[in-house]
Amino acid sequence: MITLTINGQSQNIDLPADTPLLWALRDYVGLTGTKFGCGMALCGACTVHIDGEPTRACVTPISAAAGKTIVTIEAMDQDAIGKKVQEAWLSQGVPQCGYCQSGQVMSATALLKQNAHPSDADIDKAMSGNICRCGTYTRIRAAIKQAAGLAEIKS
Amino acid sequence: MKTSLDQIKSPAEQIDSSADKFSIVNISRRNFLKDFALSGFVLAVGFPSLLLADETATSSEPDKYGADAMPHGWVDNPLVFVAIAEDGTVTIICHRSEMGQGVRTSLPMVVADELDANWLNVKVQQAPGDEVRFGNQDTDGSRSMRHFFMPMRRVGAAARQMLETAAAAQWQVPVTEVHAELHQVIHTASGQSLSYGELAKAAAKLPVPARETLRLKNAADFRYIGKGGLKIYDGQAMVTGQAQYGIDTRLEGMLYAVIARPPVFGGKVLNYDASAALKVPGVVKVLELNSSPPPAEFNPLGGIAVIATNTWAAIQGRKALKISWDNGPNASYDSDNFRAEMVVSSRKPGKVVRNDGDVDAALDKSTQRLSAEYYAPHLAQAPMEPPAATARIIKGHCEVWTCTQAPQASRDQVAKWLKLPEDKVTINVTLLGGGFGRKSKPDYVVEAALLSQAMQGKPVKLTWTREDDLQHSYFHTVSVEHLEAGLDKQGKTVAWLHRTVAPSISSTFAAGSVHEMPAELGMGVINVPFAIPNLRIENPAAEAHTRIGWFRSVSNIPHAFAIQSFVAELATAAGRDHKDYLLELIGPARRIDPRSLGDTWNQGESPVIYPLDTGRLRNVIDSACREAGWGRTLAKGHGLGLAAHYSFVTYVAVVVEVAVDQAGKLSIPRIDIAVDCGPQVNPERIRSQLEGACIMGVSLATLGEISFKDGAVIQDNFHNYQLTRIDDAPREIRVHLVPTTEFDSPLGGVGEPGVPPIAPALCNAIFAATGQRIRELPIRDQLLKD
Ligand code: FES
Ligand code: FES
Repeated sequence: MITLTINGQSQNIDLPADTPLLWALRDYVGLTGTKFGCGMALCGACTVHIDGEPTRACVTPISAAAGKTIVTIEAMDQDAIGKKVQEAWLSQGVPQCGYCQSGQVMSATALLKQNAHPSDADIDKAMSGNICRCGTYTRIRAAIKQAAGLAEIKS
Repeated sequence: MKTSLDQIKSPAEQIDSSADKFSIVNISRRNFLKDFALSGFVLAVGFPSLLLADETATSSEPDKYGADAMPHGWVDNPLVFVAIAEDGTVTIICHRSEMGQGVRTSLPMVVADELDANWLNVKVQQAPGDEVRFGNQDTDGSRSMRHFFMPMRRVGAAARQMLETAAAAQWQVPVTEVHAELHQVIHTASGQSLSYGELAKAAAKLPVPARETLRLKNAADFRYIGKGGLKIYDGQAMVTGQAQYGIDTRLEGMLYAVIARPPVFGGKVLNYDASAALKVPGVVKVLELNSSPPPAEFNPLGGIAVIATNTWAAIQGRKALKISWDNGPNASYDSDNFRAEMVVSSRKPGKVVRNDGDVDAALDKSTQRLSAEYYAPHLAQAPMEPPAATARIIKGHCEVWTCTQAPQASRDQVAKWLKLPEDKVTINVTLLGGGFGRKSKPDYVVEAALLSQAMQGKPVKLTWTREDDLQHSYFHTVSVEHLEAGLDKQGKTVAWLHRTVAPSISSTFAAGSVHEMPAELGMGVINVPFAIPNLRIENPAAEAHTRIGWFRSVSNIPHAFAIQSFVAELATAAGRDHKDYLLELIGPARRIDPRSLGDTWNQGESPVIYPLDTGRLRNVIDSACREAGWGRTLAKGHGLGLAAHYSFVTYVAVVVEVAVDQAGKLSIPRIDIAVDCGPQVNPERIRSQLEGACIMGVSLATLGEISFKDGAVIQDNFHNYQLTRIDDAPREIRVHLVPTTEFDSPLGGVGEPGVPPIAPALCNAIFAATGQRIRELPIRDQLLKD
């Protein structure tokens, strides 16, 4: 039994220690906002925050996440920056199918937490691990800039 | 009453639950749609669904086109699509699948506009697969709006008129004195008003007005149509992780499955050893699924299924299987060899599918002769959400939750494979995490149903891993396009020969088909809109060795790549500006009957309503070039490339700007894409579709390739089947929509037609920047200097 702290709640997970956090979240805990896209840390659909770091849940065994603070997309609207990112996403009309957007929002939020004024190169670096097959990249870039601008005005 | 269905949070369920608060009688969640009438959605009272079939109108014209020609046509009965609760909530059914094109916003928005509903009080309910009830649901071919704009307008207008009639009756005034406005009906003379919620019950008792008595709005009165002012309906759910896709389905007591499928199409299991797999913690059962003989159709591929208590355990169990395969007749399929074979075929005369003038004589007489061969590989659609389906069987009724573009075909197939009558199969359609044609084929839905059956009806969720998706798709075809042209002394093209060689989608449904079908030839090759007196199109045979299927924009991709690249090559040979040369080839503005080009298909649309209009094609070329600053001075290493293509009855022209640095690294600062898709119902989503098309076009042109070795796909995940990421995506995409103010002219498609011209425009830009001509996709490292 491994105990995880997910979105502020302690959860006992009765799965083998090498089970990736992605499947523990989706199948065991029932938090399906974190998506499966590749299972090999190649697409970013499964991005969560572990101790604030954007992390690919599909290659993170639950044993490695124990004792750490895990935050998923389901808690992003309670996060000041996360909420701004979500608002910017809606304002720019970013999502198409929306499937990759959990991961995109998680990566963008992590970026803005670490760098309030990201350059295009910073955005490229932080977001190039997240694939969007629908091709929403130009709007993702605009939304990140918009969210950064909002953060600027309000702080 | 809580049932295990409460575990599900499909879009349908979200709205279903909300029905509780105004429910007037006990409702069965399971039969939600059947019991629509009883759930407090009072506009539907008194019209049991089963009686609606007779009222389902379809056209009886002898020649059927458009929606009339699709299976089950269209339905415009407001009682099927609209329900109004006493609290004023308007529920609108969306019967087409949402996969990113915005259809769950755009189609209900059309209804809401004619109904003059307040969008804030509108809920969208996803229809299950049931075409008799809802009309055609095949969400493909870029036709949801094209085929359902008018039926949905009539749905909204009919419901509005029923509310107006009900209000007039209550006030005892002539109906001509009242009008609906933003969720209420107003009698101006007396200043009275009644809300839609107050009127719903009375309105529901009225007959549905006859189609010819409907008063559709004037375009000037549209509230939502053409405005692009609405946020996407599912946006909030999507950015908060609440949106429910097929892969997210959860049922009580659900098991999780993956399948090891034959690596080669046509192969089957020889023998297998499951002992190690069964030792993996969480693995519950291992079982064999039979393979089917060709043709592929929508049949499951067979293989060994591993069923477990969670997805990871199933995947681990699958890894532990020991399977010997009989690889079958396609065991030697090899992309390099096949390409060589296709090249040989392309150099020999093939089946003539169009023949104008005398190409051979004209080629002989020409001053300059050019020829080129273009290669475009197999592709996988690779939607970010791989195929997934959950099935369970209770008392002989199979219920499925899945991300499908083909809800009715899913229902038909499950019924067939489970030997159940169709009314014992329910297909609940979730959101799709992308489709691109992959999810038009319900093989995975059948797999889930078979697994549930094998588990005595227990709920089973089948997930395709990315490896499964890339290795077992219905692949976009592979093609060699051989072109020859003769130019006269002035550099004018006087002869054009195009041989297109590609395995056909028809092979998926009729084993042994070796020629492109009319629908494939009609994707830009037979209906090439050039005014060249001597023109011949040939289609040499090509056998399929894998499942060939639809990929967003289908055969338009290789056809446009070859034709639009070759025109640029001809312009260069003639010493002419590419844009001028292209316009000259297209010739003067005229409306061409597609049948006169040998195109009997015409995208399924009427040749009279949808002629090939070269004026519109010329116009988008002018527009894209003007907006992109065609001919402007560029920095060193930069180039502009142009391409235009007509597909899905929409006209698109693209100018791509590239930059190629000293090392040969490609970047794309900007794309200008000009589009004439007729009236634009939701311009905001049209723009997003075209932006997406540009990126998908760049992705397939620069990186996309599925290849085969020993019959099996080489690529297995995103490290070797690469997709364009944000850092390599076009930095700026400018979408230029040809403005329309009236909504009477026919609509064009939007989801697909942006894709085909991207690859040739990109390659033409690379030529302009570097002098290097790309004739083989993907570009990958062809530009790199060592
Ligand atoms: S699923 Fe984890 S990175 Fe793709
Ligand atoms: S929005 Fe569909 S994959 Fe990104």
